[in-house]
Amino acid sequence: MADLWNDVLWPLIIIIAQILLIVLPLLLAVAYLTYAERKVIGAMQLRKGPNVVGPFGLLQPIADGAKLFLKETIIPTGADRPVFILAPMLTFILALIGWAVIPFDEGWVLSDINVGVLYLLAISGLGVYGIIMAGWASNSKYAFLGGLRSAAQMVSYEISMGLIIISVLLTAGTLNLSEIVQAQANGVWYALPHFPMFVLFVVSILAETNRAPFDLPEAEAELVGGYNVEYSAMTFALFFLGEYANMILMSAIAVVLFLGGWLPPLDMAPFTWVPGIIWFALKVCAILFVFLWARATFPRYRYDQLMRLGWKVFLPLSLAWVVLTAGVLVAFDALPQ
Amino acid sequence: MIHALTFYLFALVGVLSAVMVVLNRNPVHGVLWLILAFFNAAGLFVLMGAEFIAMLVVVVYVGAVAVLFLFVVMMLDINFLGLREGFLKYMPFGAALAVILAVEVVILFLDWTLAGEAMALRAAPIPDVSQVSNTEALGNLIYTQYVYLFQVSGLLLLVAMVGAIVLTHRTSPSVRRQRIADQVHRRREQVLDVKSVRSRGGI
Repeated sequence: MADLWNDVLWPLIIIIAQILLIVLPLLLAVAYLTYAERKVIGAMQLRKGPNVVGPFGLLQPIADGAKLFLKETIIPTGADRPVFILAPMLTFILALIGWAVIPFDEGWVLSDINVGVLYLLAISGLGVYGIIMAGWASNSKYAFLGGLRSAAQMVSYEISMGLIIISVLLTAGTLNLSEIVQAQANGVWYALPHFPMFVLFVVSILAETNRAPFDLPEAEAELVGGYNVEYSAMTFALFFLGEYANMILMSAIAVVLFLGGWLPPLDMAPFTWVPGIIWFALKVCAILFVFLWARATFPRYRYDQLMRLGWKVFLPLSLAWVVLTAGVLVAFDALPQ
Repeated sequence: MIHALTFYLFALVGVLSAVMVVLNRNPVHGVLWLILAFFNAAGLFVLMGAEFIAMLVVVVYVGAVAVLFLFVVMMLDINFLGLREGFLKYMPFGAALAVILAVEVVILFLDWTLAGEAMALRAAPIPDVSQVSNTEALGNLIYTQYVYLFQVSGLLLLVAMVGAIVLTHRTSPSVRRQRIADQVHRRREQVLDVKSVRSRGGI
């Protein structure tokens, strides 16, 4: 019995507690990201944004959540019920499990695996299923078109994202996310030497998370609402939460790969007093602000322009950068051992 | 104990979902079960310590190949009643094929021996597993000993890609295409004419 407790139950309790410690702040962050989005876009468009519920409208996300919770879940008659229900759950779960390998601070990581980067690529590659399943199961042409578009879009941008990540991996010499951050502690943040790739990566994650200006799957002007047009109440809320959790996850990946994770900007006194997780959160917020800024600034891409950008601009550029990085590292004998 | 339990979980779900791929009448559900089967295969790889291969299975098969399957299958216009027609007609032929395959597999297994070298390699892998990570060990093998084979397989894929493009790419003169360079070179002076209009004067 003692064995069972020591070997199985106690580690299980610890792991569940750790998971809750990640997921609960994450959900809070998702709620307040929607609030921040409305405030930031409001400020950019000279409006006030939500300001009625609670002080400065701070309780607005909670009111929105309660509203979605109380609505009726409608399943269309022609829909494929199991797939229709499974799709939002899948989207939400995938947006959460990616966090298992993200290092928040030195040693603060749920699962410190050797293939962390590949795991994240795999998870973000699976994200397309939620959307494509929702599009098909809704049995509606707008939803279906949205699902097909997003499948093509996410598969295309994943390829250039993979190549961008390869140049970072070449410089760091490891697939472990904590070690990638450590490698930046000894040198500079990879956003500096790989600056063009950093820009490409940020644009790619906009496309990967289906955010403006690449939000074609839900282009409301042509597709009504895209893949989630038939969803209501909590099923819709799960898509919504999944999309925002994915935004935060992708920003966290960008921070770990390019902005030195939990490291302070300069390794000296006033900066090192601040704990690493604060730096991490600040950097994630900076990238998230770019998400919101882009949404308030740019018009939506046309579908063929989106494909052209992905395949004819990003793919050759990132491939050339991989060759260049490898060449420079070999020529200067700087390959990580 | 946990290890064994996870193994049986992955194995059971994997086999069941593989069976469901065949038994399902709806092809889209079939592809979804297939994805579950791939996923469980990846889980089994992780249990064996082949984490790199596991992730590649998910990235390549689940993340890309199965998406394209799903893409194609979803577009099929299937008449579900029509699928039942002719079942009795094809049954004997299908059953015969299945029996032949099963007999072949059984014969193969009765006469199955592993080469001694392969067994020795399995017992003691050349770069010791505890010293190098998966990724390193694979990289060291693929890019040194098997570099020519690796390059040749890359060339094969390239040929397949070029072939697919040649087969499907058609240019018809009636299609008007977008010329990006022309669009980028368009200047404001060519298309916009700013006039200062006198109040109540009109143009």
